[in-house]
Amino acid sequence: MWKFIVRRLLIALPQILLLSVLVFLMAQMMPGDALSGLIDPNIDPAAIEAQRERLGLNDPWHIQYVDWITGVVTEGDLGRSFRYKMDVTEIIGQRLVNTFWLSLVTLIFTYLIAIPLGITSGRYNDTFRDQMITGYTYVGFATPLFIFALVALWILGFQFGWFPTGGSVSPGLTPGTFEYFLSRLHHLILPALSMALITTVNTVQYLRSEIIDTKQKDFIITARAKGASESRVYNRHILRNSLLPIAAFFGFEITGLIGGTIFVETIYSYPGMGQLFIESINLRDYSVVIAVVLLLGIASILGALLSDIILSLVDPRIRIK
Amino acid sequence: MKIVETTNAVENLNIENINKSPSGVSIIWREIMRDKLALISLVFLLLVTTLVYGISLFLDLDQIVKIDLFAIHEPPSSDFWLGTDYGGRDVFGQLIIGTRNSLTIGFLVTLMTGLIGVTFGLTAGFFGGHIDNIMMRVLDFFIILPFLMIVIVFVSIVPNYSIISFSLIMTAFLWMGIARLIRSKALQERELDYAQASKTLGTPRWKIMFGQVLPNVSSLIIVTMTLNLAANIGLESGLSFLGFGFPEETPSLGTLLSYARNPQTLENRWWIWMPAAILIFLLMLSVRNVGEALKRATDARQRRG
Repeated sequence: MWKFIVRRLLIALPQILLLSVLVFLMAQMMPGDALSGLIDPNIDPAAIEAQRERLGLNDPWHIQYVDWITGVVTEGDLGRSFRYKMDVTEIIGQRLVNTFWLSLVTLIFTYLIAIPLGITSGRYNDTFRDQMITGYTYVGFATPLFIFALVALWILGFQFGWFPTGGSVSPGLTPGTFEYFLSRLHHLILPALSMALITTVNTVQYLRSEIIDTKQKDFIITARAKGASESRVYNRHILRNSLLPIAAFFGFEITGLIGGTIFVETIYSYPGMGQLFIESINLRDYSVVIAVVLLLGIASILGALLSDIILSLVDPRIRIK
Repeated sequence: MKIVETTNAVENLNIENINKSPSGVSIIWREIMRDKLALISLVFLLLVTTLVYGISLFLDLDQIVKIDLFAIHEPPSSDFWLGTDYGGRDVFGQLIIGTRNSLTIGFLVTLMTGLIGVTFGLTAGFFGGHIDNIMMRVLDFFIILPFLMIVIVFVSIVPNYSIISFSLIMTAFLWMGIARLIRSKALQERELDYAQASKTLGTPRWKIMFGQVLPNVSSLIIVTMTLNLAANIGLESGLSFLGFGFPEETPSLGTLLSYARNPQTLENRWWIWMPAAILIFLLMLSVRNVGEALKRATDARQRRG
């Protein structure tokens, strides 16, 4: 077991390193550098040149990379945003919290939808109920998230007015009060639900085929032969086998969630990482862009790592040699 | 003597009664004919494709994308079937050109990812061992990247951005799915008798790979590429929607949808973005329907026909 975890870590660490190199090279390709946001046109070009030399901006790229990565790892120094005139870490902080809540509520919805639907569809396969659910997954696969989110916002937000059409909380409420909490929840539901309804179809289908597979296994026949009731067969024997891999998949969901939040936060103007990313890239605030890509990239590497480890705990067959 | 006679009889019987096994094309055709949904989808796809490519030959692109300040945000009328956008440009014309552009880039990216993915997967699977190991680590890294963000960053920093660079950037981060699939299939195929026999006879490796293994995995490739086409149309429109796909002067289904990022347009001028949304949905759904029918045709256990 420990051997597997160590081996899996040995794959993840170079991935993070490679990601940081890629991100750094992207930063090098971007116009401007750490100084361009601060430069006053009245400063003597020679002084700027001296400053560039002092900051090491004229060094070859690998030396600059080492400087940069040491700063990131030892001091958490991700640079300054020239739009906000603040440290990038400060800007990201609040946004990260918002995105965290959005992702959490989305995940909860995803499983709340997937588990009952998947179980019904797998248990009563090829019945009318199953056909309805399979029909939903079929349509869900063909619907791009952003179109679904747009239509949901148009109908439920604008036409019916049931949900707010933007932001993360209504203005004028004090943090900490119950109204504040309710308002935040109200702002979260529509974005999270529209993301969950589309991303959940994978899990529903997986659960369905998993249950149909397990249903025909010998140990289920044995359980029935022993006289276990139908509900006991499903709740104790089949679900235990089929739900565990689903639970482990949530690490892989992180990569999907990152893509999803970019769309959903842009459409619902929800102030999270995805929206910050799009805003910053449009305003050419590249130090923020780089930091967001690096952080979320690491998040998805760690998510996959987590899922692999959980999966290997649950199912010893997949441990890599 | 008796025995020989009976075997002869059996052989004669075989020749008369057993048809040749049906060819791949006829199996696919039968499967699509049996599945009415797939048939309708195929007809719809062919219709849309011919229409948009046909009509766009007669449309004047410059006329459509020319800004007309006297016709801003006109509602649908007999002049402008779907109204005009904020630059006074005809939305219906943009829809035709846009569908054509979206389909073109969808086909282009699917073909390029297919080419790279199949070559990568065949090489890794067929050679196996250390080569496979190293190639799979590379693939794992690409798969883990947050696709959307990386593509957006590249789109915004590439100098002389054009349609070609857009499809190249998309291709660079989309070839992994098909590569992984082909690799696992190639791993199985190379152990089979025909591949082993060829190897024993001294056939060069590249000949076995591309002349023998490739035809045997071709059905899988076709199915995967069809399903990828649906996904790629969605991805292109998503990126264009965010403003990092087609530039606005080149309309696509996604750029039409991006007008809906303006709350005014989203709330009150549904005729600008709704047709594009419905069209993307129908295109993706029908490509998937055809893909699923193809998938069943390649797997004898799932066939309906």
